[in-house]
Amino acid sequence: MDLFEYQGKSLYENFDIAHPNSHLINKIEDLEEDFTLSYPVVVKAQVQVGGRGKAGGIKLANNYEELLLFSQEILGMDIKGHVVEKILIEEASEINEEYYLSFTLDRSEKKYLMMLSAKGGMDIEAVAEENPDDLTMVHIDPSNSLTDEMVLKAIQDSNLNEKYETELLEIIKSLFRLFVDGDCDLVEVNPLAITSDGVKALDSKVSLDMNAKYRHEEFEDIEKDIPIPPSEKSAKEKGLNFIKLDGSVGIIGNGAGLVMSTLDVVAEYGGSAANFLDIGGGAKAETVSAALDVLETDESVTSVFINIFGGITRCDLVAQGIVEATRGKNLKWPIVIRLDGTNAIEGLEILKQNPNEKIFITETMNQAAELAVKGIK
Amino acid sequence: MAILIDENSKVVVQGITGREGQFHALRNRDYGTNIVAGTRPGKGGEEVESIPIFNTVQEAIDQTGANVALTMVPPAFAKDAVLEAAYADCELIVCITEGIPAKDEAEMYNLIKQKTKSKLLGPNCPGLISPGKSNVGIMPHEITLPGNIGVVSRSGTLTYQAVHELTQLDIGQSTCIGIGGDPVPGMSFIDVLKEFEEDVETQGIVMIGEIGGTAEEEAAEYIKANISKPVVSYIAGVTAPPGKKMGHAGAIVSGNKGTAKAKMSALEEANVVVVSNPTKIGQAVKEIM
Repeated sequence: MDLFEYQGKSLYENFDIAHPNSHLINKIEDLEEDFTLSYPVVVKAQVQVGGRGKAGGIKLANNYEELLLFSQEILGMDIKGHVVEKILIEEASEINEEYYLSFTLDRSEKKYLMMLSAKGGMDIEAVAEENPDDLTMVHIDPSNSLTDEMVLKAIQDSNLNEKYETELLEIIKSLFRLFVDGDCDLVEVNPLAITSDGVKALDSKVSLDMNAKYRHEEFEDIEKDIPIPPSEKSAKEKGLNFIKLDGSVGIIGNGAGLVMSTLDVVAEYGGSAANFLDIGGGAKAETVSAALDVLETDESVTSVFINIFGGITRCDLVAQGIVEATRGKNLKWPIVIRLDGTNAIEGLEILKQNPNEKIFITETMNQAAELAVKGIK
Repeated sequence: MAILIDENSKVVVQGITGREGQFHALRNRDYGTNIVAGTRPGKGGEEVESIPIFNTVQEAIDQTGANVALTMVPPAFAKDAVLEAAYADCELIVCITEGIPAKDEAEMYNLIKQKTKSKLLGPNCPGLISPGKSNVGIMPHEITLPGNIGVVSRSGTLTYQAVHELTQLDIGQSTCIGIGGDPVPGMSFIDVLKEFEEDVETQGIVMIGEIGGTAEEEAAEYIKANISKPVVSYIAGVTAPPGKKMGHAGAIVSGNKGTAKAKMSALEEANVVVVSNPTKIGQAVKEIM
């Protein structure tokens, strides 16, 4: 789960990671003249999209009048389709040098990866592309730790200012603790800056591993503050994995791989999917019924394709869910169903005993896709 | 022959007293798998449908000769369970558990690699089946048929789809394996491909990948250099919208790799027959065998 800058910075506090003093507001009325911040301050739009600076979402204010003006300007601003609902007001730092630091998991190496560069404050992907030598990469064995020696060597290899070696070592180690103990998928700081007031993490890009939610109370509060698109909200509440797409064929399937391939097969027959909806493993009748409810709210759906290959999921329970969800209802669209695997025969029998003129059963994935795309004659 | 498991494999089920653990242990036993033991700390000495329960994997191995562990414990206990089986020298550990934190996966992967000789399949995988011999995991064995094609996949249900396509055309399988789609899977495509190459019974291979990561690209390079048997492949997600990019760090690591297109062309370069949809897998295998 990708966090807003202010959320990442609130995690910095738990790990003693130096960053500028700040205030977060979501409405102008909360702006106070007697903020404990000292001017100048930076007004930063809180959006989960790059390029907010260029879009006018970051402004430097030298006094309260400017702060008020820029806050009014930025709150509610639309940055690439993201409406600014919160702004972070932060003491401006006098920056002497800007570095780049990140921790992530290198899936190929199956180790943690630290990346460090003296060329921070700019597009780090371009640095990696054009001057790969300017980016120091260090793999860290997850069953061991990040040692002082490894960090110091990386600092030297990256030609960072050696005068600040001790301070850099401390902040890098703290950021690594945030990455590991905080169960983050990503911790990225750009820039990690040498300021007139010491070494500070001026920005934050943090992504959390939600599988670790059970051991982090703070994850729940953070999650609550991340807006979900309205189209995905009801699905999420029902525990369904749903992503809205642009087409017209509603898709329900079990398992991400099978659903993805259902999208592919629909495309082969010239159609396009209205959504990706994975009911997961072991789905029960209620789950299937909830999935149909979610599609019901989508105006762009003209037909529905339910593609189930039972393993841990039982086809008879899926069929039961379909029957319960559609019984006595005047369906808005035809539903094409394909059932295979665990208890498929029982499932098909349930569907046959509860006929509905808008429900069609096919034997193969291809037939179902064709029918769902080309319409039922 | 088959790979990794056969009629001689003896399985200990970790978490056998749980709902899923019990259901699948009994289902696998009904299929003919030698389920010789279960473990549940504090319940040693009890039984589940005449399968003896032990407190630890070590005890289970000492008393029953188990050599394969099937791990079906909740995510919070999975790392410890897998490591317990590895430190008890289980040859193969099959971890079905879904939702394990990535840090736990990374840690257990590296510990197993450095300190033990165990092979880990999963986590978050459907397990594996050598048709007619042994089923360790949650795959529906009804759709399988004994034969000579090895199947390996990152996705669960898509594995079933592929196996089903083969069986429909009377093409049997030597072993079907789901390696799981988590960030740090134990056995990789390459590990499984190597086993299939060495197995005399396996005459052809079906490999099913999906978008994201670079496992398929790495497998393609390996196939080019090391695999003499014909390979058919399908990559799920050709039409899926590009996923959320995990900051810049993720983009630097994976570069242009990770898209379905990149994976498909890497595989084609390695002389793999790449099909555009899973229902074409059976026919493609028939044509090259």
